[in-house]
Amino acid sequence: MLKIFSFASGRLPLKMQNRKQHKEQNKQHAIERRALRVERNVKHSVKRNLTRKNSGVLGVSVMLEGLMAKLKSFLFAWMFPCIIFCVWLVIAHFEWIPSQILPAPSLVASTFTDLWASGELQGHIGISLQRVMSGFGVGALTGLLLGTAMGLSPTLKDYVYPIFKLYSQVPMLGWLPLLIMLVGIDEALKIILISKGAFVPVTLNTYKGLQGVPSIYIEVARVYRFTKWQLLKKVVFPSALPPIWMGLRHGLTHAWLALVAVELLASSEGLGFLMVYGRQLYQLDVVLVAVVIVGGIGLIFDKLLSVAETYLLRWRHDAF
Amino acid sequence: MPISKHVSMRKISPKRNPKRNILHYMHPAVVPKALRGWVIPVALLVYWWAAYYFHVNESPLFVSMGQVAKTALKLGKSGELWHALSASLYRMLMGFTLGSLAGLIVGGGLGLSRRFEGLVGPTFHAIKQVSLLAWIPLISLWFGLGDTAKIAFLSLAAFFPLALNTFEGIRSVQREFVEVAHVFAYSRWQLFRRVVLPAALPSIFTGVQLALIYSWLATLGAEFLLTSGVGIGNLLIDGREHLWMDYVLLGIAIVGIVGFVLQGIAQQIETRLLGIRSRTLGKPI
Repeated sequence: MLKIFSFASGRLPLKMQNRKQHKEQNKQHAIERRALRVERNVKHSVKRNLTRKNSGVLGVSVMLEGLMAKLKSFLFAWMFPCIIFCVWLVIAHFEWIPSQILPAPSLVASTFTDLWASGELQGHIGISLQRVMSGFGVGALTGLLLGTAMGLSPTLKDYVYPIFKLYSQVPMLGWLPLLIMLVGIDEALKIILISKGAFVPVTLNTYKGLQGVPSIYIEVARVYRFTKWQLLKKVVFPSALPPIWMGLRHGLTHAWLALVAVELLASSEGLGFLMVYGRQLYQLDVVLVAVVIVGGIGLIFDKLLSVAETYLLRWRHDAF
Repeated sequence: MPISKHVSMRKISPKRNPKRNILHYMHPAVVPKALRGWVIPVALLVYWWAAYYFHVNESPLFVSMGQVAKTALKLGKSGELWHALSASLYRMLMGFTLGSLAGLIVGGGLGLSRRFEGLVGPTFHAIKQVSLLAWIPLISLWFGLGDTAKIAFLSLAAFFPLALNTFEGIRSVQREFVEVAHVFAYSRWQLFRRVVLPAALPSIFTGVQLALIYSWLATLGAEFLLTSGVGIGNLLIDGREHLWMDYVLLGIAIVGIVGFVLQGIAQQIETRLLGIRSRTLGKPI
């Protein structure tokens, strides 16, 4: 069709011509816009670099600007939780959802203060912390030992690694029924399960960390004629520390997960039990208090370990 | 194995030690390398068999290997086993799909938009600290004990690792890559499609693997704690309640095998997709 029309007049029909022009224009616009964008990006990065470099000279105003930005981002970050909290308040106030399913914030707060004042909450937290610490201690220690042994001796690794893999394939909850049958639901069960949670990631990361020490480092150490002990202490372990530490962090997270699991399933005290208790009595306020505390303690663990990590690995930043 | 070469125990090779007595063959270094991994499992199985055969343990909890195999055959024939397995896997896949989609979207949003990260990021990082199983009491009160509650919990389990890894993957895209893209005046979509996505993909796949592991763990947790319906977890719980050790051992074996297979599949997909990626990157433009 098109060809016939254009053949008659020697040119494109008027409509088509317009459309073609439009297309050309659009293309031109797009190119211009892109150019503008590139310019803006360049300007932006230059500006950012300038403010960074001149912060000492510009002094107070830049500092104020920085403070304002921090304040802004802080307020911004709190906006979302605040909105959710307000929605919760409104829902609870007008009782759109029955309070058994969503208790009012004031009720949760008063439950928290009641539990705290009676000392019940501290007791549960103390027991849970004690369990997680002893379980994590056992698991991390055995994990470090096994991981180190496998990392240093390939013979041992050949023997142990496949069965370790097999063992770690079954999630810790899979072992729970077996362990309950074998050791009962006493304290031993909790320690074993929590230590299993910590043991697997610590072992795996220690082993991988020792495997990943660059051979160049070891060659240098051999040039210096380090003894085996010196090699381990000055080269191998410092270089493997970041992955090992990563393993410990994961291990603690898993230990905390295992603690909650085992307390939910088989316990008569501790934070997990508090949740089960609240659920059975349909007291969602108690459950919410326990959830918030579990989250808070997890957060504190994570922060503590990351602070310790920056302290332990401060030598890494010295090079730059 | 760089260190192990230097620090390992000195191997006792047959050449260096010409006196061959029986102790020599019992030395760990003499067993052929390919067989070493089998030594401990076989020893354990032999011990199990021997303990049964010689009546070392008279406890009713102690069952023979044959008993476990018989139970497996019985449950397999009656279809009970497949029913439980398919119910568990179905729930897991549903939860995993929902959770990972949500995780991809939220993680992508957190990674791509600073504003979204500023708004939602801190809340997200705080909530992810709540231990996974601690959600179960809340979920059971909100959604009941049925499949809805389980799938909601499973999607939560898959959501966090995937969201976190997508976020970190996108954030760890190198600045230089993006600058090059700006020089080429890539559009937003091109930037995402050709630079950000390929660079973030390995991290996203780590997230997928973690999400698979966690959702399998959560499947068990959900079946233990929200006890209604059928599933592998219920098989384990039933075995424990009736003190049927063969059920429990069979359940553990199945749980391990499923976990292993899931991880294998995830790894296969990853190598396939990332293999394609490296090939296209290798082509001249």
